[in-house]
Amino acid sequence: MIIAKGKPVEEIINDIRGYKKVLVLGCDGCVTVCEAGGMKEAQILGSALRMHFRLQGEDVSVEEASLTRQCDRPYLAQLNDKIGNYDAVVSLACGAGVQFMAETFDNKPIFPGVNTCFIGVTEEKGVWTERCQACGDCVLASTGGICPVARCSKRMSNGPCGGSANGKCEVSKETDCGWHLIYERLKQLGQLDRFSKPTSARSWSTSRDGGPRKVIKEVARI
Amino acid sequence: MRLSYPTNVRIVKLPCSGRVDVIHLMTAFEEGADGVFVAGCLEGDCHYQSGNLRAKRRVAYVAEILDQIGVGGERVQMYNLSAGQGPRFAEIAREMTEKIRQLGPSPIRKAKSKGPKGPATEEAA
Amino acid sequence: MSTMTPSKLQKIMTSGQYGVTSECGPPRDCNGAAIEEKARLIGKHVDAINVTDNQTAVVRVSSLASCIRIKQLGYEPILQMVTRDRNRIAMQADIMGAATFGIHNMLCLTGDHQSFGDHPTAANVFDLDSTQLLQTVTMMRDEKKLMSGHEMKVGPEMFVGAAENPFADPFEIRVARLAKKVAAGAQFIQTQCIYNIPKFKQWMQGVVDQGLHEKVFIMAGLTPMKSLGMAKYMKARVPGMDVPDELIKRMGGVHKEKQAEEGINVLIEMVEELKQVKGVSGFHIMAIEWEEKVPEIVERAGLYPRPEVS
Repeated sequence: MIIAKGKPVEEIINDIRGYKKVLVLGCDGCVTVCEAGGMKEAQILGSALRMHFRLQGEDVSVEEASLTRQCDRPYLAQLNDKIGNYDAVVSLACGAGVQFMAETFDNKPIFPGVNTCFIGVTEEKGVWTERCQACGDCVLASTGGICPVARCSKRMSNGPCGGSANGKCEVSKETDCGWHLIYERLKQLGQLDRFSKPTSARSWSTSRDGGPRKVIKEVARI
Repeated sequence: MRLSYPTNVRIVKLPCSGRVDVIHLMTAFEEGADGVFVAGCLEGDCHYQSGNLRAKRRVAYVAEILDQIGVGGERVQMYNLSAGQGPRFAEIAREMTEKIRQLGPSPIRKAKSKGPKGPATEEAA
Repeated sequence: MSTMTPSKLQKIMTSGQYGVTSECGPPRDCNGAAIEEKARLIGKHVDAINVTDNQTAVVRVSSLASCIRIKQLGYEPILQMVTRDRNRIAMQADIMGAATFGIHNMLCLTGDHQSFGDHPTAANVFDLDSTQLLQTVTMMRDEKKLMSGHEMKVGPEMFVGAAENPFADPFEIRVARLAKKVAAGAQFIQTQCIYNIPKFKQWMQGVVDQGLHEKVFIMAGLTPMKSLGMAKYMKARVPGMDVPDELIKRMGGVHKEKQAEEGINVLIEMVEELKQVKGVSGFHIMAIEWEEKVPEIVERAGLYPRPEVS
């Protein structure tokens, strides 16, 4: 899922200063699971904003709602009748949701309430870690199911580098060396031959480097 | 035991301090509470293993938010005591009341002069 | 206007005379003599020579190495630097390296996307954009500081420039974008090739209205048309290029063998007209793979001999 992290309340307060009717809009998708932007977080933020503005003596109304997803038009359409009641929206969806809101309601200022971090997993309750950078050309088949793009700080194709020590990355002792993990796993799978073969320069054109991306599945189109 | 504790304390009873959510604490303040303390079991003694530890984190989180919005994080506090420590509870209630009295009324309540009067201090156990 | 540097180009334009620059694209192999040959063709007729940095994302001999060669021939190079291929660490290192060889002009660019070049599968960097590169060079020069805050005892002395396309869409933001580059430290601007003079004048008027011409030297970019085919190609295929139909017609109106000459006639006429436009401080002649024509153009445009400055 997409992992996000709530922005500091002060930053959001700063962004929405001057608006009188604010909607804090959660998303029931990924950001609910990573506890960054679901209805629960929307209510907490809403409460904090109301208290703040009351303290400032500013007459600002803050309401909360949440949509099933902010990255699909039919769900955004549920706001069609209500959006007129607000003069600004703080979206707690990932960056995609925030942008789709802005695109859909093009005369409404939309502010991000979270920082979108990465595609990752729930390592344990309250801890999320990165697994994928959406490079668009998956190499997991040859790396024992562990991604060198997302999990090597240098995104090396032929790691580990000389900085790896005790299975940890030179960038941080908290971080596993992705290539150490790949090596151990390939060994376990009896696939070390994959490790010994040099991997040639890859194409990054399917990644962010190629410019904004698009996926079309003809059979799924209407 | 007939123990007396300040009458301004309103008790909200819960089966475990782990049931206390961030939004409950936030709502208490929004409704005008001057201070909130969460009384959970002693650490390591939670009947549900870690309810009181969760409560502790949530209290700390709320304190952080209250600091950010200018209410003041010192108005929310976590205490740990066992069910058998009635006198300790009364003591905590007095201690917290005294602390809040020194801080004065919640700025939210002052700003919210038109709104309904909420309870002065809340507590959950 | 802004910080003076040892740049000859800056001195000439500061003295109120037109600056003249041209460019050399380094070769796609390791023939160092090829760079020198091109530089010799144009060296005496221009104040400084732009050296492109992997133009259109096609790999060539590096701009820095080529600039050093040109410098060693006794000509003044303008180090072009795109932010596409290197991050702030590498770019600052190269700026410092250029300074150690006495290179005193830089042109800061973002660069064409690598998908247009000969390595479309390459990763890109874009750690900074052109405006941020301008800020960086300016800070390195004026504050003798790197982006990290590290202080240098000896800093680079760069006359800092940028490119601007007066014809790109939307037209209304072009002057504002120029102002942003000037605010970031641009001391000279080399424009995209001009063919549509009325539109250029309109842009220039906007520049003058905002007083930007007093803060930055605008060098009008000119590329001679070699043929009708080239004119058509530029109009149809090159993004951001504004080629009026009259020009196509004029090129088509002469015999194929005379088209090259006609292209140069057009350019000379444009120089004369641009000399009348307030705010134009110089000319940047980009004779693409036609460097040998630069001396003739400069001479016929009344821009020769080039001034001597100390």
